[in-house]
Amino acid sequence: MTTDPVPLLPRGTRLHHDRVRDTMVLLVPERALLLDDIGAAILREVDGRSTLGAISSRLAERYGAPKADVASDVRDFLDGLAGQRLVDYQ
Amino acid sequence: MTDRPAPPIAMLAELTHRCPLSCSYCSNPLELTERTRELTTEGWIDVFRQAAKLGVLQLHLSGGEPASRRDLEILVKAARDAGLYVNLITSGIGLTPTRLNALETAGLDHLQLSLQATTADKADWIGGYRGSFARKLALAEEVLWRGIPLTVNAVMHRHTIDDVRTAIDFAANLGARRIEVACVQFYGWALVNRDALLPTRAQVVQAKDAVAEARLAYAGRMMIDFVPPDYYADYPKACMGGWGSTGINVAPDGTVLPCHAAATIPGVVFDRVTEKPLSAIWYDGAAFNAFRGHAWMQEPCRSCARRDHDHGGCRCQAMTLAADPTATDPVCRHAPARPAVDHILEQQAPSVSPFIYRGSKR
Ligand code: SF4
Ligand code: SF4
Repeated sequence: MTTDPVPLLPRGTRLHHDRVRDTMVLLVPERALLLDDIGAAILREVDGRSTLGAISSRLAERYGAPKADVASDVRDFLDGLAGQRLVDYQ
Repeated sequence: MTDRPAPPIAMLAELTHRCPLSCSYCSNPLELTERTRELTTEGWIDVFRQAAKLGVLQLHLSGGEPASRRDLEILVKAARDAGLYVNLITSGIGLTPTRLNALETAGLDHLQLSLQATTADKADWIGGYRGSFARKLALAEEVLWRGIPLTVNAVMHRHTIDDVRTAIDFAANLGARRIEVACVQFYGWALVNRDALLPTRAQVVQAKDAVAEARLAYAGRMMIDFVPPDYYADYPKACMGGWGSTGINVAPDGTVLPCHAAATIPGVVFDRVTEKPLSAIWYDGAAFNAFRGHAWMQEPCRSCARRDHDHGGCRCQAMTLAADPTATDPVCRHAPARPAVDHILEQQAPSVSPFIYRGSKR
């Protein structure tokens, strides 16, 4: 794995708009994770092509936040999911 | 309670009670529903659409063996079309490569495969079906090369819990991303077979250590979920995350239950999807409201700091062990009926009683 890997949602993990609760959820094997705005914004950028760095730059620009802070938030969030095998790095 | 309950997140649809296996720990009720009383294809499709509208996100298709329904592929497609995440809970028996192809095309999201044991002799003995293990392995291969996400559900009890590490290694070698190491809970047929199934305390302690070690060994590779047997716990499990709070079960004939064992509670009337809309059953039905909130609780639960955490435990277990569905779950160490659980543990027979297989004459 490189230091700037490309995260992707493996098969069996889907981002879904929950109309009843009007929120984004991550549907995963046998669970549904209700996402806050930040989590949803990060996962929307996970397209299987962009590196962590590219994703962080885009989010930093969009929200006008320091890139280093955004990058560490993105990394923590996705590492947490990767640890549960809900995100893969390649 | 005045607050309107939140919508349910998950539905367990017990499509049928039919199953080629006859596991002694099966959670199905002793009175199995016959095929002729099962909901029709259209009946189930309607349930799935109503569920999605109500707020259900996850659909678990279970049984019995869901593959015993010839219309499984149609049901999976309809559930996906309704916007649900579709999980198939199967023993693998009855799923041919052709049927797997069709399920994949229909949009199946995930498959949970039960593992009775890690060797053929033992697995076939526990499931009461010769050759089941070989067929299960063949199915697992078919699932994996297709890339269908797989969870292995290793069922733990007196006869299998010593092999827990082998089961975990087995699932990892199969390529599972997740394993559920689930100790048998004593409902339905498992309750009948409790003497034969209940592990010893020493076994449980060892298993916990083995799981902790395996978690380190497989960190980042496979998720390991562990459900310990609650008879040995100090506090009860938050059954279903709280009665009528997140989950909804539908029995083969369309009876809607707050949990799969709820029908064992006398005096509670359960609605059927053939008679009432699902949302009315969830929000206003007598069964779902029976144990919501705190008003129904007895002491010590009513004034306990953990009451919103475990909701007083399992109502069906209170019924089974304390003969009172509003009692504190007897596995809780504060429960007046805890001595009943301790008594069961003390009475544990050193030699093992034979299984009464599901579906055989009692
Ligand atoms: S526990 Fe065994 S008998 Fe019961 S439904 Fe599952 S596979 Fe069939
Ligand atoms: S007394 Fe009731 S609420 Fe408190 S821990 Fe025990 S079961 Fe849970």
